[in-house]
Amino acid sequence: MAKRKESVEILKEANENAIFNKETEGLSQGQIVLRRFIRHRAAMISVVVLFALITVVYTALDWRIGNEKDPFIIPGWWKYGFEDMPELRYGADCVDGSIGCPTIDVVPILDGDGISLGEHPFGQDDIGRDYLALVMRGAQRSLLVMFIIGAIAATLGTVIGSIAGYFRGWVDAILMRIVDFIITVPVIIIGAVIGFHFGNKGAAFLALLLGLFSWTGLSRLVRGEFLTLREREFVDASRVAGASNRRIIFKHILPNAVGVIIVSVTLLMSGAILLETALSYLGFGVTSPDVSLGLLISNYQDAFTTRPWLFWYPGIFIISIALCINFIGDGLRDAFDPRQRRRLSRKERANARTMQNRNELS
Amino acid sequence: MFAYILRRLGALIVILFGSSFLLYNLSAISTDPLADLRLSDAQNRDYLIQALTRELRLDLPPPLRYFIWLRGVLGVFVGNPNFGLTREQQPVVEAIVDAIPTTIRLVAVATIVAIVLGIALGITSALRQYSRFDYGMTFFAFLLFSLPIFWVAVLLKQYLAIDFNDFLVTAKISPPWIIGLSALTGFFWATIISGSRRRVLLIFSGVFIANSVFLSLVSATEWLSYPRLGPIAISIFSVGVAFGVTYLSVGLSDRNAVKSNLFMALIGTILYFPAQGLLDSNRPRVGILILLVALLISAVAVSFIFARIDRGPIIRTSIITSMLIGALILVDQMMQAWRPYVESDDVNYRPVATIGQSTIWLSDVSFWVRVLDFAMHLVLPTLALTLISFAGYVRFSRGTLLDVLNQDYIRTARAKGLTERTVIMRHAFRNTMIPLTTIMVADVAGIVGGAIITERVFAWQGMGTLFNKAINSFDLNLLMGVILFLSTLAILANLIADLLYSALDPRIRVGAGK
Repeated sequence: MAKRKESVEILKEANENAIFNKETEGLSQGQIVLRRFIRHRAAMISVVVLFALITVVYTALDWRIGNEKDPFIIPGWWKYGFEDMPELRYGADCVDGSIGCPTIDVVPILDGDGISLGEHPFGQDDIGRDYLALVMRGAQRSLLVMFIIGAIAATLGTVIGSIAGYFRGWVDAILMRIVDFIITVPVIIIGAVIGFHFGNKGAAFLALLLGLFSWTGLSRLVRGEFLTLREREFVDASRVAGASNRRIIFKHILPNAVGVIIVSVTLLMSGAILLETALSYLGFGVTSPDVSLGLLISNYQDAFTTRPWLFWYPGIFIISIALCINFIGDGLRDAFDPRQRRRLSRKERANARTMQNRNELS
Repeated sequence: MFAYILRRLGALIVILFGSSFLLYNLSAISTDPLADLRLSDAQNRDYLIQALTRELRLDLPPPLRYFIWLRGVLGVFVGNPNFGLTREQQPVVEAIVDAIPTTIRLVAVATIVAIVLGIALGITSALRQYSRFDYGMTFFAFLLFSLPIFWVAVLLKQYLAIDFNDFLVTAKISPPWIIGLSALTGFFWATIISGSRRRVLLIFSGVFIANSVFLSLVSATEWLSYPRLGPIAISIFSVGVAFGVTYLSVGLSDRNAVKSNLFMALIGTILYFPAQGLLDSNRPRVGILILLVALLISAVAVSFIFARIDRGPIIRTSIITSMLIGALILVDQMMQAWRPYVESDDVNYRPVATIGQSTIWLSDVSFWVRVLDFAMHLVLPTLALTLISFAGYVRFSRGTLLDVLNQDYIRTARAKGLTERTVIMRHAFRNTMIPLTTIMVADVAGIVGGAIITERVFAWQGMGTLFNKAINSFDLNLLMGVILFLSTLAILANLIADLLYSALDPRIRVGAGK
C-alpha cells in the first residue's frame, strides 16, 4: 500500500516537473524570478499597498525647499503641517466630550452621512497639532530611516562580504574579526548608545550611523555565498580568459548571489523600522521637535484608555509598513529559491493527473 | 576538541577587547558629563566641575581612560577584578549581580513558552503545508514579526489586565463570549485536522459543543473566582497526559508503555493527597523536592515492572508523564493560594498586575502566595515577549521540518513501512531539532537585549533599567559593565551553540582539519 502510494508520488512529481519545465522554457533567470514573484499573491498585494502608503505619506505635507525665510513650497494634499497648531476641538465639538477627538468617518451611509475625513481625521494632540499631519511626518521619518539603513547596510555588507569571501586569507580574517566586534553587542544597545548621543542631529544622521552598524549579518551571508561560488567552473573560466578581480566579483559572482542579498536586505529593513521605533520609544532615537512613529506611541501610551486613537494610528502605520516589507521579503525568497515550488492550481493538477494516467496506460 | 574550545575562548577575549574599545570610545567621545554643570548657576560650579573631572578622569583622552578601565577589568585574571564604581559609588559588579535574577526570570519563562509553542505550531504548520491552517499561521507569524513590543504591551495592559480584572470580579462569562470562544477553538482544530468537508464539520461541531459546555460550567461554578483542580480533575488530566505523551513518543500500540503510563497517572493521583500536607508545611521547597523525587522514583519503578524489553523509551515517557503530573499538583497548590492572594489588601481583587516585578508590601507572606504573586506579575511581560519571539520559532521549525521531510532517509523510512508517527517523531522531528537547538542557544543573548524594552514598559528593575540609567546619567563604568556582560553572554552562547551542534550532529566535527 505504502509502496504503491510512493510510486504514485514519484510519478506525480515527474509530471509536475514537466509542467514547471515547460513554463520556464526559453526564459532568462531574471524573468523566471520575476514571474514567480508576481505569482506570490501576498507579496504582490504588499508591493501595491507599500507603494500606495509611500505615495500618500510623502505627498501629504508641504515640502519646503531652499532657504528658511523664503522657501519654495510644494503643497501637500493635507491642509495642516505637523508644526501648525489649529484650534483644539473639545466639548461640544466632540460627541463623547473628549479632547481633540478624531473626525474620520469610515462607516458608509448607515450612520446618516457617508465616508468623510472631517476637520481632523486622526484627532489632535494635547496642544492642538493635527494628528494626521503628525502621523504622516512620523511615517516619513520612519520610512526614511528604514531606507537609509537598508541602503547603507546593503552596500557595506555586500562589498565587505564579497571582498572577504573572494580574497580570503588575511583580508578575510581582518574583516570578519571586525564583524565579530560589532555582532557581539546586541543591536538595540549599539542603537541606544548612538541614538542617545546623535539623536538630536536629525533622523537622517541617526539612520546613517545605525546603517554603519547593521551590515554585519549580511556581510557574513555574502561571504558564505562567495566562498562557494568562487570555486565554481565559470569563475575559473573567466579567470583563464583574463578577467580582472573586479570584473569577476561584479560581473560573474555577484549576480549569482543577488538573491541572498535582496532577501536579507528586505528583512533587514523590516528590522530597521522596528529598531527605529523602539529607539524612539526608549527616548534614544528621533527626538522632539521632530516626530517619529515610535515617539508618538511613547508620548501617548498613557492616553490609551481615554484617547485611544492617539495610540492606534501610529501603531497601525508601523505594522502596515513592516508587514508589507516582510511579505515582500517572503515573496522574494520564494522567487529566488530554485527548490521552492508553487502549489499547482486545480486545473494544472488535473492536467498532471491526465498525463499520469496516460503514462500508466502506455 | 579541548584545543578548539581554548582557541575559541582566546578569540573571545580578543573580540571583547575590540568591541569594548569601540563602544567605550564611541560613548566617551560623544558624551559630556559636565554639560549639566556648565549650564548650572550654582556658586561652586567651577569646583564641582573640577571635582567631577578628577573623579571621572576627564582630563585624559578617552583611549587612555579606556586603558585605565581595562587595567581594572583585567584584574579578573589575577583574581582582583575592578569594574569601577557607578556614579552612586556602588560597585558595578554588585549592581549587575542584583539585576541579573530579575532579567532571567523575565526572559526564561517567555523563552521556554515561545520555544514549546513555536515548535509545536511550526511543525503542525509544516505537516499541513498549503492548508488553511498553514496560511493562517504564516500570516499570524508575519503579523507578530511586524509588531513593536511596546505597542503590544500597551494593548495587553488594557485588555488582559484592566479589562480582565474587571471581568474577574463577577467571573461570569456572557453567552456571546462563550459562543465566540467556542467557535474560535472549533475553527482552530477543524483547520488543523482537516480532511473531507463532513469530517471538518464534525470536528468543528464536536469541539464547539464540548467547549461551550465546558465554558458554561466554568461560568456557572464561578471556577475563575475559586480556581481549584482537586483530585478528580487531576486524575482526569493525568490520564490525558499519560495517553498524550505515550502517543507522541512511542505510540499507543506499545501496550507496555500505555500500561506503565496509566499506572503512573494513578500513582500521581494518589500522591496528590500526601503532597497537600508536604507542600503546606513550613518548608514548602523541601516539599516540592520530595514530591518530584517521589514521582521520579515511582516512574522508574513502574516502567521496570511493566516493561520487560526495550525499557529505555518507556522509562523516558514515564518520567515525562510523572513530571507533568507533578507540575499539575504544583499548579493546584498555587490555585489554592488564589483566594487569600486576591482578597489581600494590596491586591484588592486586581490579580493581573500591569507593572513591577512583585507586590512589595504583601501582607500575607506565605510561600505559595508569594509564588502566585511572582507568577501574576510575570503574566503580561511573558506574554508580550512570547508573542514577539515565538513567530521566529514557528517559521524556522516549519522551514526546517519541510527541508527534512524532503530528505532521502525520510523516504526510506516510509518505504520500509514505518508508521507515519514514527517517521515524523523519530526520524523527522529529531533532525529538525538539530538546527533549532543552535538557534535557541544563539538567541539567548538577543532576547536579553530585547528585554530592555520590555523592562521599560512593565517597569521591571533588571539589566535594561541599569542600561537606561547608565546611558542617561553618563555612567561609563556601569554602561561598559552591562555591555561587557551582554557581549560575553552572546559570545559564550555562540560557542555553546557550535559545540551543541557538533554533539547533536555526528556529521559535523568541531575544530577538525586543523
